[in-house]
Formats: sequence, C-alpha cells, structure tokens
Amino acid sequence: MDYEVLKVIWWVLIGVLLIGFAVTDGFDMGVTALLRVIGRTDSERRVMMNTVGPHWDGNQVWFITAGGAIFAAWPVVYAVAFSGFYWAMLLVLFALFFRPVGFEYRSKVEDPRWRSAWDWGLTIGGAVPALVFGVAFGNLLLGVPFTIDEFMRSTYTGSFWALLNPFALVTGLVSLLMLVMHGGTYLQMKTDGDLRERARKVSLLAAIVVAALFALAGVWLAMGIDGMVITSTSVDVGGVITPLDKVVEVREGAWLANYSDYPVTILAPVIGFAGLLLTVLMSAANRCALAFVSSSLAITGIILTAGVSLFPFVMPSSSNPSHSLTLWDVVSSELTLNIMFWVAMIFVPIILAYTAWGYYKMRGRLTTDFIEGNKYSTY
Amino acid sequence: MISESLVDISRLQFAITALYHFLFVPLTLGLSFILAIMESTYVMTGKQVYQDMVKFWGKLFGINFALGVTTGLTMEFQFGTNWAYYSHYVGDIFGAPLAIEGLMAFFLESTMIGLFFFGWDRLSRVQHLAVTWLVAIGSNLSALWILIANGWMQNPVGAEFNYDTMRMEMTSFAEVLFNPVAQVKFVHTTSAGYVTGAMFVLGISSYYLLKKRDMPFARRSFAIASSFGFAAILSVIILGDESGYELGDVQKAKLAAIEAEWETQEPPADFTLFGFPDQDDMETHFAVKIPGVMGLIATRSTTEEVTGLIDLKAEHEERIRRGMEAYALLEKMRAGDKSEPTVAAFDALKDDLGYGLLLKKYTENVVDATEAQIKMAVEDSIPHVAPMFWTFRIMVAIGFLMLAMIALSFWSSIRNTVEQKPWLLKAHLWAIPLPWIACEMGWFVAEFGRQPWAIGEVLPTHLGVSSLSMGDLFLSLGSFIGLYTLLLVAEVYLMFKFGRMGPSALHTGRYYHEQKASGAVAAPAQAVKDPA
Repeated sequence: MDYEVLKVIWWVLIGVLLIGFAVTDGFDMGVTALLRVIGRTDSERRVMMNTVGPHWDGNQVWFITAGGAIFAAWPVVYAVAFSGFYWAMLLVLFALFFRPVGFEYRSKVEDPRWRSAWDWGLTIGGAVPALVFGVAFGNLLLGVPFTIDEFMRSTYTGSFWALLNPFALVTGLVSLLMLVMHGGTYLQMKTDGDLRERARKVSLLAAIVVAALFALAGVWLAMGIDGMVITSTSVDVGGVITPLDKVVEVREGAWLANYSDYPVTILAPVIGFAGLLLTVLMSAANRCALAFVSSSLAITGIILTAGVSLFPFVMPSSSNPSHSLTLWDVVSSELTLNIMFWVAMIFVPIILAYTAWGYYKMRGRLTTDFIEGNKYSTY
Repeated sequence: MISESLVDISRLQFAITALYHFLFVPLTLGLSFILAIMESTYVMTGKQVYQDMVKFWGKLFGINFALGVTTGLTMEFQFGTNWAYYSHYVGDIFGAPLAIEGLMAFFLESTMIGLFFFGWDRLSRVQHLAVTWLVAIGSNLSALWILIANGWMQNPVGAEFNYDTMRMEMTSFAEVLFNPVAQVKFVHTTSAGYVTGAMFVLGISSYYLLKKRDMPFARRSFAIASSFGFAAILSVIILGDESGYELGDVQKAKLAAIEAEWETQEPPADFTLFGFPDQDDMETHFAVKIPGVMGLIATRSTTEEVTGLIDLKAEHEERIRRGMEAYALLEKMRAGDKSEPTVAAFDALKDDLGYGLLLKKYTENVVDATEAQIKMAVEDSIPHVAPMFWTFRIMVAIGFLMLAMIALSFWSSIRNTVEQKPWLLKAHLWAIPLPWIACEMGWFVAEFGRQPWAIGEVLPTHLGVSSLSMGDLFLSLGSFIGLYTLLLVAEVYLMFKFGRMGPSALHTGRYYHEQKASGAVAAPAQAVKDPA
C-alpha cells in the first residue's frame, strides 16, 4: 500500500470512528438530553437511564478512541484543533464529566435534591457535547483563524465566542437535534407505555426540524460561504509534506465542488435526507427498530456530507488559507499509518463482535415496574 | 519566547489532572482482579457469600470506576489542548499506544463493565465470570499501553528526528513496544495497583471484623485480599523499578537525584538513608550512609558505577554545545540547504539537538547563547534533588510498612487468628490511605524526575506547551480543580456511606443492618449466621 492510499484510508477510518461515535454514544447522549424533557417521574427517568445503563460506557470509548486515533494518525490536527478550540474542547470535557458519575451516583442516594442535581448533570453531559461538536464542524466550514510557523508551532487567534456565529449555531442545532432524534428512536425500542409514546413524538418532531436545518445549512453553504481549493500543482500528495508546502485559494462555492466533480458523493446528503424522512415515517408507523436504523442512516449521511464538502481539507485556516490542514499533510509517517491501519483492521471487528453480544444479551424493553422491583441494583 | 509562567501553570494543570486520575486508577487495577478471584471462587464453590462479595465490592468498585473514567477523559485530550507542540513533535510515536489502548483495552473494559453490573440475570455464571475477568484484563491492558507511552517519554527508543516534518518519527514499533523502561514500569505500576486494591479490601473488612458484624463475609474478604496483597507487595518491592535506572540518561539523572548522588562514588556506591540534599552546594548535609548498598541495588554488581550529578552535568554541558551546532545546521537545512555535507553534519549531531533546545528557554535563536545562558541550561538539565530524595523515601517506607502489615495479616489469616489481633485490624483501617500516598509519590518520582524533559533528551518540557494565554490557563486550571473536587467529595461521601453499610447495601436481607432492623440480631456481638 503506498502512502497516498494510506492517507485516504485514514481519512475514511477517522470518519468511521466519528460516525461510530455519533451512532452509538449519540443515542445515549440523546437519551440523557431528554431525561428531564420526557421523563416525568423518578421511575421514568430511571427507566431512561437504565436503557443505556449497560452500554453508555462502551459507547463513549468511540469518542476516546477517535481522540487517540486522531493523535496517532493526524497528530497535526490533534495539536492544532484541540489547542485552537481550547474552550470548546474543555466545555465538552467538563460536560462529559457528569456522565459517568451521574449514571453511577444518582440513584445511590434517595434524596430528591441529590437526584435532581445529577439529572441536570446528565442532561448537560448529553446536550452540551452534542451542540459543541456541531458548532465545531460549522466553524471548520467557515475556516478557523490559526497560523503555523516554520517550526510547526500553531497559534490560534480567534476567541471562544467567535465560534458561536449564526452558521455554526445552525450546524450545532443540527447536531444536537439529530442526537435527540436518535435517542428518541432508541427509547422507542427500549421502553413501553407513555414513555415510548413521548419518545415517538420527540423523534418525529426532531427529525422534521433537523431536515429543515440541514437544508438551511446546505443552502447557506452554497450561497454564502466561500470554500477553498489547493491551487499549487507541485503538491506531492503521496509524499512527505507539511501544511506549509502548498498554496490554497479561497473560492466561491468551492465546498460544493466535490459534488459536481464526483457525482457519487451526492449520495451523502441524499442518505441524510432519506434517513430523516424514514425516521419520520417509521416513527409514525410505530416501527421502532426501523426508526432507529433510519436515524442511524441519517446521522451517517449528515456527517459524511460535512466530510465530503471539506475534502481534502480537514481544518481550513481563515488567517492564512495556505496553512490549512488537509488529509495529505497532517498525517503521521507511513510506518505509523501502516501499523495503526493493521491494528484497526484487527480490533474493530472484535470490538463490533463483543459490543453486539452485549446488546444482544441486554435486549428487550424496560418498564417502571422492573425499575421499582430492582431499585438497588439498577442506575 | 514562551513565558515561563505559562509553562509552569500548564505543568501544574497536567500534574493535578494526572494526580487526580491516579487516585482512581490503582484501585481499579487491583480491585478488578480481586473481584475476578472472588467470582471464580463463587463459580467453583457455588457459595452465595462469594457472589455477595463480588456484588458488594463491585459496588465500591463502580463508585471508584466512575471517577476514573471521568478524570481519564481529560488525559486523552489534554496533550492536544495544552501540549500542542508536544503533540505535533512526538504524536507520530506517542499517539499510537494511546490509540491502541482505546482499541485493544478501553473498549473491552468499558463494554464489559456494563455487563458486569447489569448482566447478573442475563448471563450464565460462567459468562458473567468471563466478563469480570475481561474487565480486569481490559483495565490492566489499558495500563500496559499507557505505560508504553509513558516509558517512551522516559526512554525514547525506536524513533528519529525528521527535519522535513520537524518532528520525531517512528523507526521501529517493536523497540517502542519492548522498551525495557516501559516493561519495568508496567510491572511496578500494576503491582502497586494490586496492593492498593488489597489494602482497600483489608481496611474495610477490618472495620466489619472490629465491629463484629457480617463476620463470614468480612473474614473471607480479608483472606482473599491478604493473599492477593501478599503476592502483590512482594512483586512491587522485588520487581521494583530499580533495574530501569540503568537505561538512558534521563533515568540515570533520576537515579542520581533520588539517591542524592552528587559525585560519582567508587563502586559499589553507598546508600544515603537520610540527609538534607542541598542543590546549590551540591552536597547532602547530615547524610546517614549505608556502605555499598546503593551500588548493589542499582547496578546489581560491585564494580559498576552509579554516575553522580556533577559528572552528568559535565556531560550535559558538552551535549548542549553540540546541540547548538545541531540547531545551526537545522536552521540551514530549513532555509533550503539540503546538500549532502550539511545533512551528514546534522545527522552526526542530531542526537544532541534536544540539548540545544534546552537553551530555547533563554534565547529564541539558541546559537547565540551566552556562556551564562549555557550554564543555566546545564543547571536545568538535572531534576531538583530534595523533592526526589524525599518522595522516593516516603514511597519506599510506606512500601515496607505495607509489606509488614500484609505479611502479618496473611500469616494470621492462614492460622485463623486475625480476629485475636484487633490492633492489626485497627492498623489496617487507618492504613487505607497509605497505598494512595505511595502511588502518588511514585508518580511524582517518575515524572518530576523526568524534568527538564517532556521526552527524555529530545524535547524540553517548556517547548511542548500550546500557545495559550495566562487567562485561559488560570480559568481552566481553576475549573478542573473545582469540578474534580466537587466530584471527589461526592465519591468519598458514597464510599463512606456504602463502606459503613457493608453488604447490607445489597438489600438481600442476609446481612447485619437488615437483620437488625427486622430484629433477627439482638446485639452486634452476635454475628450473623454464615449465609453460605
């Protein structure tokens, strides 16, 4: 395998990890974000928490592993993005802190104030990261103010508040509501009675709003946001290069160029919209498992759309477009990419196998009766 | 130039978040194996009390594990947020073990922990036992990969500087994997975790034995923990990590600092039991020495030297001067001169580039460093001796104290005389914090002793930081401390609550508090009947 192919494979693998994260951890974030919205009684909230109880921790490792994989395969992105988006990243971490402890500690004390406090913690732990991830993606499409010096030290010159611009808030809402929808479809599968009914309504409504916002973001991208193109012809994409070795130009409509250059990529937004439509239809028809699959498809399509629009860029620089990070120049050495490729090939199938076994063993719906009968051994 | 206070606060933030994380990790490493042993006994004997033991100690395990996960999240991302240049400079090597940890270990541990808690009614006995073992194996594998990463920071083998990409790149994965420093660290650190798990179970079981409640439960827990702990404490001490100190310059400087070995002594070197190290005068006041012992321990010979700090500094000065030349050649190459003689000259000197970079603290250009600046960089090139000297001694003293306690408990447990020694039980109860203190001291010795390097002899710590503002750092450091402390208070509160409740927390109706509530136990002295 040559270096160029490996670079593309790693773009795909990072995408797989991010999508894996959104599809698995996404539903438990959605469930906890909904905790106070559709969980009316203590027992209902406990039912919701316990539907994801055996799985949220494993799911969260998709996020941690995505972080580790970016470190190993795209060290430049790991360095520039996480230090640049310092406060966004810390906000995500701080919010995530409340998840492990929220799940584990909430029901260990009877006091309603204690429980209510952890419910808020879990809500924050689900909603805030979902929102921030979307905001971050929005800002990638807008370009991020950073430069890199000749020793490859990066400096971010924007502020945290500048990240919260109108376009990024739209993509943030897409992200938040898509995970809420996803959590809703999961709850349709795993609960019964009133809770299931409320979850169904939430999924329906969220899917419709996400479709509208996703379309809005698309139009905005086409009309109002300039993309970037690598214009230097001498860039050896299969060679050892750094982000400083190329020339990039800002060009109107460039983020949509891939769709006309490679028409097959239109499938990404199509899958996104089709998934959303199917989520609406399947939720309406009370076909909960299919609704969950549709919602997973929608998430996959939406994330792919962001990735394809940017391709081959990963983190465009608005301060100096030529310093933008692309998948050709942020990668590790060929040896490291190769080793990590084989590690991923071996372990991802094993992970999928035991994760599937875990879901299989814990299959079935949870009811408030079950929680009340097992209140000392459940979350 | 990077502000020194920015570097200091970045280091403080990393140290605090790592020390917090390391409050929870050792117990996870040790208690997971204790749970697996208890459950194996349950599956083999079928006795209910062993399942209750797994469930009860599992509850405490879960309370601890939650904060381990929480504080661990930070560690995966903090290299990027706060040590961006470090991440760029060594990510090619350092990122790999972190990613592999996720794929090989953390997924396994985290998926299985869910089934451990929720799978009792869904899995067969043997399946559940397998899940518990996989939790233990997963968390220990996780430690393996983290220590491979950490071992590489101490002794960076299997990598080379690439002047085109301005970073270190991997040349041999096998060397990174089989780095002797990493292997030694893995054994030492996980054994320390096992001791922590054992001391935890011993201390809390002692509390029940002292209170004379749930005796069969407590006695069995005590017995398992003391035998497991005995093997573990022997492993920590005997397999300790002295042997790692022969490798690489950073480890040599660390050893010399720990032992306050200023001048290289005639082998075998004396061991300084006690004294007051003085960095300025380069000597140890009021030193109490045991002849020959350090040479024997550190080199396992009577003829090999333990290099002293004065000699190390002299070596470092030469290497800093060569590093300045290497830096000049690097700038020449970066400016476009990649002719054969330049590259060859650089290759000959590039192992000393890191020493040249030590001067970046004083002068941006490195090559124009004055004699005074070189002197300061030489002073920087060894760790501060006194903190190393003391933390190491505290760790070792606690280690031997725990050896004595665990050995006695193990012996008494075999002879079934534990309950006749209330003083030993009391000692165990009060000794619960000891393994944590020893672990944190050990972490300090390893990481503070690595200074001034982030990556030994390759990248000085002060170069590794992200370009952030002091305001950012103060606010994030404050937030970390505030949030972690808040969560730690909740954790300790629950630990005490459930520790006091004991197995009654399981609400099986078989244990003390519930029996008492239902009137089945008249007085605490009358122990609950063996539920087995």
